[in-house]
Amino acid sequence: MARASDNRHKLLVTSVAWVVALAIFFPILWTVLTSFKTEGAAVAIPPQFLFFDWTTQNYAEVWARTDYLRHFTNSVVISVGSSLLGLFIAIPAAWSLAFSPTRRTRGVLMWMLSTKMLPAVGVLVPIYLLFKSAGLLDTRTGLVIVLMLSNLPIMVWMLFTYFKEIPRDILEAARMDGATPGRELLYILAPMALPGIASTLLLNVILAWNESFWTLNLTAASTGSLTAFIASFSAPEGLFYAKLSAASTLAIAPIVVLGWLSQKQLVRGLTFGAVK
Amino acid sequence: MTMKQCLLALCAGIATVCAAQAGAVTLTIATVNNGDMIRMQKLAGEFTRQHSDIELRWVTLEENLLRQRVTIDVATQGGQYDVVTVGNYEVPIWAAQDWLVPLEDLGEDFARDDLLPAIDDSLSHDGKLYAAPFYAESALTMYRTDLFERAGLAMPESPTWKFIRKAAERITDRENGVYGICLRGKAGWGENMAFVSTLAHSWGARWFDMQWRPQLQSRGWQAAVSFYVDLLKKYGPPGASTNGFNENLALFQAGKCGMWIDASVAAAFVSDPRQSTVSDDVGFALFPSRGTLENHGNWLWAWSFVIPSASENIEAAKSFVAWATGKSYMQLVAAESGWADVPPGTRQSLYSSAEYRQAAPFAGIVLQAIEAANTRHPSEQAVPYVGGNFVSIAPYQGIGTVVGQQISAAVAGQISTRQALANAQYIAEREMTRARYLD
Amino acid sequence: MASTHTGATARLMLSPAVALLLLWMAVPLAMTLWYSLHDYQLLMPRGNDFVGLENYVYFLTDPAFFQSLANTFALLAGVLAITVIGGVGLALLLDRPMHGQGIVRLLVVSPFFVMPTVSALVWKNMFMNPVNGLFAWIAQVFGMRAIDWLAEAPLLSLTLMVAWGWLPFATLILLTALQSLDAEQKEAAEMDGANAFARFIHITLPHLARAIAVVILIQTIFLLSLFAEILVTTNGGPGTQSTNLAYLVYSQTLLRFDVGSASAGGMVAVVLANILAIFLMRLVGKNLER
Repeated sequence: MARASDNRHKLLVTSVAWVVALAIFFPILWTVLTSFKTEGAAVAIPPQFLFFDWTTQNYAEVWARTDYLRHFTNSVVISVGSSLLGLFIAIPAAWSLAFSPTRRTRGVLMWMLSTKMLPAVGVLVPIYLLFKSAGLLDTRTGLVIVLMLSNLPIMVWMLFTYFKEIPRDILEAARMDGATPGRELLYILAPMALPGIASTLLLNVILAWNESFWTLNLTAASTGSLTAFIASFSAPEGLFYAKLSAASTLAIAPIVVLGWLSQKQLVRGLTFGAVK
Repeated sequence: MTMKQCLLALCAGIATVCAAQAGAVTLTIATVNNGDMIRMQKLAGEFTRQHSDIELRWVTLEENLLRQRVTIDVATQGGQYDVVTVGNYEVPIWAAQDWLVPLEDLGEDFARDDLLPAIDDSLSHDGKLYAAPFYAESALTMYRTDLFERAGLAMPESPTWKFIRKAAERITDRENGVYGICLRGKAGWGENMAFVSTLAHSWGARWFDMQWRPQLQSRGWQAAVSFYVDLLKKYGPPGASTNGFNENLALFQAGKCGMWIDASVAAAFVSDPRQSTVSDDVGFALFPSRGTLENHGNWLWAWSFVIPSASENIEAAKSFVAWATGKSYMQLVAAESGWADVPPGTRQSLYSSAEYRQAAPFAGIVLQAIEAANTRHPSEQAVPYVGGNFVSIAPYQGIGTVVGQQISAAVAGQISTRQALANAQYIAEREMTRARYLD
Repeated sequence: MASTHTGATARLMLSPAVALLLLWMAVPLAMTLWYSLHDYQLLMPRGNDFVGLENYVYFLTDPAFFQSLANTFALLAGVLAITVIGGVGLALLLDRPMHGQGIVRLLVVSPFFVMPTVSALVWKNMFMNPVNGLFAWIAQVFGMRAIDWLAEAPLLSLTLMVAWGWLPFATLILLTALQSLDAEQKEAAEMDGANAFARFIHITLPHLARAIAVVILIQTIFLLSLFAEILVTTNGGPGTQSTNLAYLVYSQTLLRFDVGSASAGGMVAVVLANILAIFLMRLVGKNLER
């Protein structure tokens, strides 16, 4: 009796959850579907959901018009590069904040976070002039630096909250055994903190991949990332929904797939101290 | 300053300097993402075949983004681009600042004297040419001959605004998704203000008096803008306040507009059966006038290539500019994709070509519109500026943007026309004071 | 001995991050401050004279300034409300046993990975467009007038768009927090005869308080400088109805090319962000204390 009602309950939860999940996912699904339509079918009324003439022509056109691979490579280099570089700086910082807290620890953290609230465009011209004199305009190096700096606060904080959860007794024990801070970090902390580091890395790759201000304003021909790729499709002439959809799909597919594959990893560290 | 040096040192420390490819010259070219430019990119293989030592790199962007990026770069002498696509708004302002390389000796194929005089004039500063026009446009009335016939209307070659209103009323058929008129409503100095400014000029209004005082609350502006807002609200498509050139083009091509008054470059797109569902039923007329005034607003726009003076490859850039805007490029396009696709509006020789006239039935009226555009005297009243669909002064981008927002809000029904113009006047005075045109 | 040693090392390890951030903050900030006191117009170079507070007066008297301030907070409040309430609901739903849980979760988190520019383009063109959009078609099917979303309700449209992207983030954090809720605690409450609602109010919600605080803090950081979505969809309009502070600064920089007033605007935004930050830290910090 109880089991039957449990089953019915589970079925109900299942159907509600699927409806909600599909509704949330629908815009992405619709974009992917539209990318396989002809331009005419893309704006047809009533909308055609599955039964239309599937075509890959939009992809062919988008592919022929732009250098997708170059944009893609730039996105990968910039997002992974800035995240890795950020980790090198953020790990020691978060380590010291978490294990040698002082009265100012909270203040330092909060100050770091507040730097992210400034509108980037307000400092565009100063940064542009700096980059110009440093020869960093339209270089991957320049973008890696800028994106690393703009995501550093989030990285430090995320790692800090993760490190704080690591039991201190283990460190005490290691220190008794005479481990230096460097060894302590490398051999004891790092393995334990690996999930947190991995998810920090992932989150920052995602944030950097999707960043659209600096990647658009400090680049020209050679380092344009996928955000620049999308910008060249945002308002072409005439009917463009299908081509826009194809370009959109190409721009988001890599990161969505990465997100799916690593979702478990990402979630494990994505608590920001929300869970005791 | 020490801070700056610190950062520089830091950057230099981390930087892995990418060495430029030895020998070959790489040109970075910024273009707008419209059909003609994209075709040119496809054909550019021809150029690199002729110049094996030059490599081309493209930055193709949507118009507003393009303008922002290149303006910052050119004004700060950033030197990221060797060739930049701009309009005739920027050319005289930038040339006056010495930010551009004068385009002399572009070669025989370029033939400056073949350019239409109105275009040449709009791209020159102190008699020197600073930009090479890729294509140019005035504005036209495009309409659906089938709908006009059904409604028993005949479009005059030079329509009046009164006639346009009457026709819009008769053609509108909301049940079947046909709207009498499509016009730009999306805020922006290059979007709705291009139209509204031309409309106001054709109405006899002016942006500024001879002391540079904004005139946006004058009777002419009130009448012209009320007419426009009312027309769009009654006979325009839903969402008119967010429709720009591209959106209206899509609507017209899909058969949803009875009339569309916009840039003449659209004539080729609406008559192209490959992209337009109404290509067989399109007619053309001049930009409307007020009837008593023989003034069609003086819309003139030329997408052109300039070479920033910060470029390090000026000679190679010149040879590219000469190729892309020269006479033989027209022949190349004609051979590759047909005469109708040749970038219009820049050369006399194009309009005297019989093949072009045959392939592009709208050629005559486009030429007529371009030749009639008098940007030195856009209004019947005296003005201190050059312009038509814009005003060629540096603060205009800011003013046009904000005035455009206000008028767009009036089209969306958020504020009254009177209020919109009052706000616009206040902002225009503020900006002109800031720019020190006014005390 | 050991503790001073580690203390010094700790400072040494912290210093690169702090130094870099200081530079990142201080250099542009110093330049911005300098420009904000000078007459620097990119398109009208005229000597870059010192002008005192003129740029500030100009920026603060912009007719759109107060509206942009209000819009900034309206967007923030709207998105936070939707993501927190929706996130709690979704987390409760996803926490239950169901068929195909893995796939459901993947579908729900997906919007978080989508580039804001792409999401804005898709919503604007394929959903909210009053002629060709899907919403217009739905309205038509039900015999209603097609709403021109971006013109008639620009702030609401933006809020929905942005909330769609952040909902998965809130859900994930809240779900993780929910899963750490002691099963024993839940059972004990159930034994006491508390009904589902009472259990939610007295046990689940207090447990989630910390996670909610985190969601609010992180999202606020990103939403205060919300910009790309506005640029792509409404351009701050119609009029200035969807202009927020970041967009207003943008219009000074990239539409008027007035570096002086943009810098003044940047400084104003910095001050406001810091006021809000202090306020937030008080509110959220308490929740984050152990």
